[in-house]
Amino acid sequence: MKPRNAFWRLWGWPLAMGVLTTVGLISALFSDGGAGDMLAWVTLGIPLAVCVWFGWRRTSR
Amino acid sequence: MNSRKIKTWAWVHKWSSLVCTVFMLLLCITGLPLIFHHEIGHLLGTEVEAPKMPANTPRASLDRVLEVAKSKHPDRVVQFVSQPEDDDGLWFVTLTPTPAPTEDFKSVAVDARTAEVLAQPKFDEGFMYVMFKLHVDLFAGLPGKLFLGFMGLLLLVAIVSGVVLYSPFMRKLEFGTVRRDKRPRLKWLDLHNLLGVVTLVWAFVVGSTGMINTWADLVIKYWQYDQLSALLAPYQGQPVTPVAERGSVQKSLDAAYAQSPNSKLSFIAFPGTSFSSPHHTTVFLKGNEPFTSKLLQPVLVDAKTAEVTASPKLPWYLTALLVSQPLHFGDYGGMPMQILWALLDIATIIVLGSGLYLWLKRGNSVPVPKAKGEASSADVHGGAQPAAVMKEARL
Repeated sequence: MKPRNAFWRLWGWPLAMGVLTTVGLISALFSDGGAGDMLAWVTLGIPLAVCVWFGWRRTSR
Repeated sequence: MNSRKIKTWAWVHKWSSLVCTVFMLLLCITGLPLIFHHEIGHLLGTEVEAPKMPANTPRASLDRVLEVAKSKHPDRVVQFVSQPEDDDGLWFVTLTPTPAPTEDFKSVAVDARTAEVLAQPKFDEGFMYVMFKLHVDLFAGLPGKLFLGFMGLLLLVAIVSGVVLYSPFMRKLEFGTVRRDKRPRLKWLDLHNLLGVVTLVWAFVVGSTGMINTWADLVIKYWQYDQLSALLAPYQGQPVTPVAERGSVQKSLDAAYAQSPNSKLSFIAFPGTSFSSPHHTTVFLKGNEPFTSKLLQPVLVDAKTAEVTASPKLPWYLTALLVSQPLHFGDYGGMPMQILWALLDIATIIVLGSGLYLWLKRGNSVPVPKAKGEASSADVHGGAQPAAVMKEARL
């Protein structure tokens, strides 16, 4: 597969993970048991899920 | 990026990480139980709780509370009084030999309604205390703190240089590739890159806020010099206001509340202590909103007259310090966030451990294929064998 843009191919996912983490870290600061906290659980949970998915996955090839 | 630049960044990454890794591993491991210190305290029964009483139960005067606490340690002075975050039925009174900062403190927990002593918790012993001290200052006071702060700075350098190196290492690979069927070193290199880049922002935030926290003592000293000096001009030449001449602390607290309604008490610092001036009882109030509850508003109350002298706005550097605390502790989003914090901490331990492993297994480092297909070796973890490794990296 020929990547359309080398930069996004390399940095797209890392940037997405960084943005999610940033949103989560900040949103919970402005919430006390409310929606901001829940947003943080999701946005911080996704990078962890990515770690587990790629880190534990057995290659079937 | 040409091979010389890669080599320079690799050198920076290698040495910044090598120097701080052992300490970072220590911080990550001791930090793990500290994330749950509240819950662990409940389990161990070391957490003091006030007995349940109706919300409208009349409260004892703070002066009476202090008197009771002092009677337990007549030879000591009160430095601080505070209330736990979630329990206003309780006062914690901290008593020390002098107002100067010290490790030698006694704590008395007094019921805020009955003014009875509930417990004399010992905060300077036990498993959690050891974890805490190892995490904060390695049992070495301010020099220990500043040393760990410097290690934190090296971690930030290692993170930045690691990001720079991510590009030459991952250019030919799909995101998330872990080459398991090759040599173990290659698998751990891929895991190091994957976990490192995914947890990047979290590690950077926790690392930098931790570093900022190591400067807390100095920042507070500077605040005294910067903001309180001017307020203290009228008191020049006077000694620390003697206990016998001090006005009512309850009255001081009421005066502070009158100054800033809609706020809650965080703690009260007594004259001559590090958070106050020699002539003031300083009441630190916090806001009622989720965000403002993390910030403090100092109200300086004249220790003799119990009248408000000033309520200087918190300067930016103390605001930065206070906001950096929840971002380091991960205690501001409930239990799910604490669990996420712990898991991210474990991911960081794996990144640190794999980095160390890659360095120990150096001698067969991985080459970096350059854009035009020629190979150059990135000497991150030691010597290189370009020809042999090049094949591998291309696969």
